[in-house]
Amino acid sequence: MPTNFEPRQLVVPGTILAEGKYNPGMNTYKEGEHIFASVVGLAELRNETVNVIPLRGCYMPYVDDVVVGKVVEVISTAWMVDIRAPYEAVLFAKEFLSKPLNTMKEDARSYLDIGEMVIAKVISFDRTRSPSLTTREQGLGKIQRGTVIEVDFTRVPRIIGKKGSMISLLKKESGCQIFVGQNGRVWISGKTRDEEAVVAQAIRKIEAEAHTTGLTDRIQEYFLKMKQGA
Amino acid sequence: MSKTHLINDGIRYDGRRLDELRPIKFQLGILNNADGSAYVEWGRTKIIVGIMGPREAHPKHLAMADRCRVEALYRMATFSVGERKSPAPARREHEISKVIKEALEPAIFVELYPRATIDIYAEVIQADGSTRCAAISAAALALTDAGIPMRDLVCSVAVGKVEGQLVLDVMDEEDKQGDSDMPVAMMPNKNLVTLIQMDGLLTQDEFNRGLELAKRGCMEVHKKQKEALEEHFKKSMNSEMEEA
Amino acid sequence: MTTTFVPSVKKRQIMELAESGKRIDGRSLMDYRQLDVQVGVVEKAEGSAAVHLGGTYVVAGVKIQPEKPFSDTPDEGVMTVNSEFVSMASPEFEPGPPDIKSIELARVVDRGLRESKMIDTKKMCIHAGKLVWTTFIDVFILDHCGNLIDAAAYAALSALLNAKMPELDAKDIKREASSIIIDELTPQEGWKETTFSVAEGRTITPERKKKPLPIRAIPIAVTMAKIGDKFFVDPSKDEEEVMDCRMTVTFTDEGNICAMQKGEPGPLTPEEVARAVEIARTKYNEIRDRLPIPEEALKAVKAKDKDKS
Repeated sequence: MPTNFEPRQLVVPGTILAEGKYNPGMNTYKEGEHIFASVVGLAELRNETVNVIPLRGCYMPYVDDVVVGKVVEVISTAWMVDIRAPYEAVLFAKEFLSKPLNTMKEDARSYLDIGEMVIAKVISFDRTRSPSLTTREQGLGKIQRGTVIEVDFTRVPRIIGKKGSMISLLKKESGCQIFVGQNGRVWISGKTRDEEAVVAQAIRKIEAEAHTTGLTDRIQEYFLKMKQGA
Repeated sequence: MSKTHLINDGIRYDGRRLDELRPIKFQLGILNNADGSAYVEWGRTKIIVGIMGPREAHPKHLAMADRCRVEALYRMATFSVGERKSPAPARREHEISKVIKEALEPAIFVELYPRATIDIYAEVIQADGSTRCAAISAAALALTDAGIPMRDLVCSVAVGKVEGQLVLDVMDEEDKQGDSDMPVAMMPNKNLVTLIQMDGLLTQDEFNRGLELAKRGCMEVHKKQKEALEEHFKKSMNSEMEEA
Repeated sequence: MTTTFVPSVKKRQIMELAESGKRIDGRSLMDYRQLDVQVGVVEKAEGSAAVHLGGTYVVAGVKIQPEKPFSDTPDEGVMTVNSEFVSMASPEFEPGPPDIKSIELARVVDRGLRESKMIDTKKMCIHAGKLVWTTFIDVFILDHCGNLIDAAAYAALSALLNAKMPELDAKDIKREASSIIIDELTPQEGWKETTFSVAEGRTITPERKKKPLPIRAIPIAVTMAKIGDKFFVDPSKDEEEVMDCRMTVTFTDEGNICAMQKGEPGPLTPEEVARAVEIARTKYNEIRDRLPIPEEALKAVKAKDKDKS
């Protein structure tokens, strides 16, 4: 029995995708004999599973996700961090500092203040507790300089690209350090602000055109144009 | 003030047939701060809906352990009606906030976000009848824009009885001078009613026919919602043309 | 939706950029963001305007209704300004009655309109001591991306310039029983007068004639943030988060100052105050040219010098 859609057809919440023997995959749900879409996105069939590639989504943390967070509150031995999720994450002092925090003599704010940003990894998260973060690993820690932009988190895979192809292209063409957080925040660090702005523009272009063909070529052309213009 | 004839030979005050909707235009993603947003022009009714969330419930003690809270706040701008409305929320606004929340909540997968809150804010910029129906229909799009998974797109329309005849999509004059007003909201793919209210006087037969008319009307609104989503997202998928 | 943060939003970084005359969003210190104004967006209101200033989005509506005058000004119309910070506009806006920032904004916008005598309130009298036109200006903040005061002020100004009020003829004004006038003047949409035509055997609703408000001045507010020793005109949300203080100066078309407000605790030297005033003065024409001001209003403002007596 065929499905109810063309490959990569735009579907909306409640669209009936298939019935009978298929499995409900990403962003779908099954009720009775029918499989429905639960978000707006592009429907596709993979083997016997019906998936919807989301065009709009809400980031939910998973253990081992590396994210870019913003400190919103300082408690005596921890920081509360906004990670653009339904829940604020907690970063305990022992997951940030290499030695314990002496709360009698030291103020957590001197290490990380409200508004500062970190690259951190989610180490735990379940339905009853806030997500918990660590920065005590290679590549993680406080962000000292650069620009951070926010993109729709559903575009993160496209910004990274197949086997990292897109992000490698961005790094090569711009000479900037770039980190794409799973939560849709991207950190860009270059020699000048203008360099960072060019990368930010490229990323916004990818965000807008994520599901078009020939995007990689257009991004390459974009950098060429920027260099010629300089 | 004497009654103006609202229906003449099956044509209504604004030129519509009895079972005809007003022109409806939806736009998505129009706000920067809100997580999702939509704007609707429904005849002369104009409403902006913003979604905040899912986010931490504040204060924490209001959080629900196993599911998300859904709250709606419906407000009418002071200049949205004929005589300036006081900015303080009226009891009518409180009631409409509640029924809007209850119309949309069944479609949302609230179990996905325990201890969090989804806030639906609807601001009526101009009111010309059926504001709660327009707000609900726009809110469904705003929730979609926020990426919140839902079972269906809730759609809504009001049926009225004017000068003895059933009409679809009640406008302000018809509401003020008519004999009955019945707003209905549905999950169209599930054939489930999530909002039904009625005031006035209807016979059993009029009610049955009215509900049928409302269902047909909801389906038409749903079609407009889908078109708006297709229009909005086509842009982000089809940009080869713009690359000159 | 993408936004540009400066991580560790510290004044130092913004100030470093400012040394070369640049801001996070690429503007110069004296540049306003893109300003788009649409008028008449709410047909049921007597006047309305929607303003986009950068990402900030504000809608203002004007309602004009007959009310009793204040006892100390029996022959003058009344004007009030109210502002609502709608919850969807920013995560920190809680639902509820206006908070202190909303009240301050409304009062600063009000001062600019009132002290410039933009509306000739003496021409807003219907029946001295009994009935005057009250102008309600309500500003709704729908999206907060910085500089709400200017966005609100431009929306209120544009809505007033767009507004139309009913023209009353001599027989309306002569009536002694003001209660009858109130019934007839109940604001239905478009101020339609409903009468029954015996000849046509049905109710007709001819529209009353309408006219613009009596405008005498065009006040324009200019807001800037002080960060370190520099002023940043039309501050963005990021800049407002780190500013030492905020200055709003409202000039009239005649080059007079009609309102001023310092916000936030950081102090200024008198020279800095003078500098802020000078900046606002130089911005007046530029902003005025970006607002949709009807020809008649410009003429009326020029003409008032003639009937100053």
